[in-house]
Amino acid sequence: MGWYKKRLAKSLWVFHVSASPCNNCDIEILDLLTPRYDVERFGIKLVGSVRHADVLLVSGVINEKVAPMVRRLYEQTVKPVFVVGIGSCPASRCCFKDSYNIGQRPGEIIPIDLYIPGCPPKPEAIIEGIVKLVGVLNG
Amino acid sequence: MNARAVFDLFIFPGFLFAAVFGLFAGWLDRKLSARFQYRVGPPLFQNFNDVFKLMGKETILVKDGVNWLFIAAPLAALAVMSLVSAMTGTALFFGRGLGGDLLVVMYLLMFFSVTIVLGGASTGNIFASLGAGREVKLLLADELAFILACLVPVVQSGYRLRLSEILSYQAEEGAVLGSVSGILAFLVCLLAMQAKMALPPFHIPEAETELVAGTFMEYSGPLLAFWKLSQHMKYVVFPFLMILLFWGGFRLEGLGILWGVLKYLLILFLMIVIKNTNPRLRTDTTLAFFWKWAAPLGLAAVILAVLGV
Repeated sequence: MGWYKKRLAKSLWVFHVSASPCNNCDIEILDLLTPRYDVERFGIKLVGSVRHADVLLVSGVINEKVAPMVRRLYEQTVKPVFVVGIGSCPASRCCFKDSYNIGQRPGEIIPIDLYIPGCPPKPEAIIEGIVKLVGVLNG
Repeated sequence: MNARAVFDLFIFPGFLFAAVFGLFAGWLDRKLSARFQYRVGPPLFQNFNDVFKLMGKETILVKDGVNWLFIAAPLAALAVMSLVSAMTGTALFFGRGLGGDLLVVMYLLMFFSVTIVLGGASTGNIFASLGAGREVKLLLADELAFILACLVPVVQSGYRLRLSEILSYQAEEGAVLGSVSGILAFLVCLLAMQAKMALPPFHIPEAETELVAGTFMEYSGPLLAFWKLSQHMKYVVFPFLMILLFWGGFRLEGLGILWGVLKYLLILFLMIVIKNTNPRLRTDTTLAFFWKWAAPLGLAAVILAVLGV
């Protein structure tokens, strides 16, 4: 199993779940794919279909409107899958915590493995979070 | 089936060779594409890691889909690519045929596109169905140009269809590429190959900005790994076929090996450069391009070949 996890750590395909974000974290996520940061060095690739994904990058407070969809996306994903909460919103819901459409906590809707706080987190911080995930996989 | 045929099909010019070599060629494609964009690009064994990772994931069968077709399509695609690779490889490396000629290769390459269509359409997913429809249109566009280009070596070698006979003609009389008709046919064939591999500018069936993942939308786990593998095997099969048809094959001694590697790398490099410097064409522009420009050019090449130019 250790051998397989090492393979998995070297080719994490990420799927971008925008769950009612303010769009700030999403721009930072896209920064990761640009020549300056280029996460393809680590084998990380942005995929369009959730069936191909190994990591779900969830950004935004998951409000009541979008929560069933996020839940469904998680169920459609092929296991093993890791969920990474990007930004302060999945971790603490930031300034939106008193909004009218806030229901369950993000961690109750889908199991989130890793939080990367920041509003928005810098691309370096996101890379550090992913390196930690890789480190856990490598044991 | 004797032991040599099994070896041909599964080990050396067939499945294993094409898969390993193709994954490295796919890495070269990704790396060079990254360098074109001033990125660093993935490490050498990236494609191997991807495939092994996909092998260990679970496979989800779609509830409303035609499941036997969903499973059979990638396996058929892999089998087709192994067979084409074995047929071109035995002619190139050993100078003998595996019991098929150029017509069989053309049919098999067409059948490969059909497996993509069937696999995509079997799921009932909207994006996959759209991708399957576009794959049919792409096949309709490139097939005529491809066949016309493949006819030129046949005509030049005195209407011989066996791959090994086309090679032995070129060994005696010089490569097909040395004539005017050969150069025209080579260009047409290169463009048709680009479309058959669904590389940009002809990546209409899996246009990721429109159709997300196209025909492979619902595939996951080992089945997706089989698709990836057969896609990477194309990086071996198509350049080898072009070297065989137009460029006189390899000589497996001394400097011949170096020339063989250089021929292969040059064709691969041309494909990657075309891929990275052209935006995607629309479906109608692709059809217009192949039917109005590439196919008449191929026809002109055939007529020139018949006239002996």
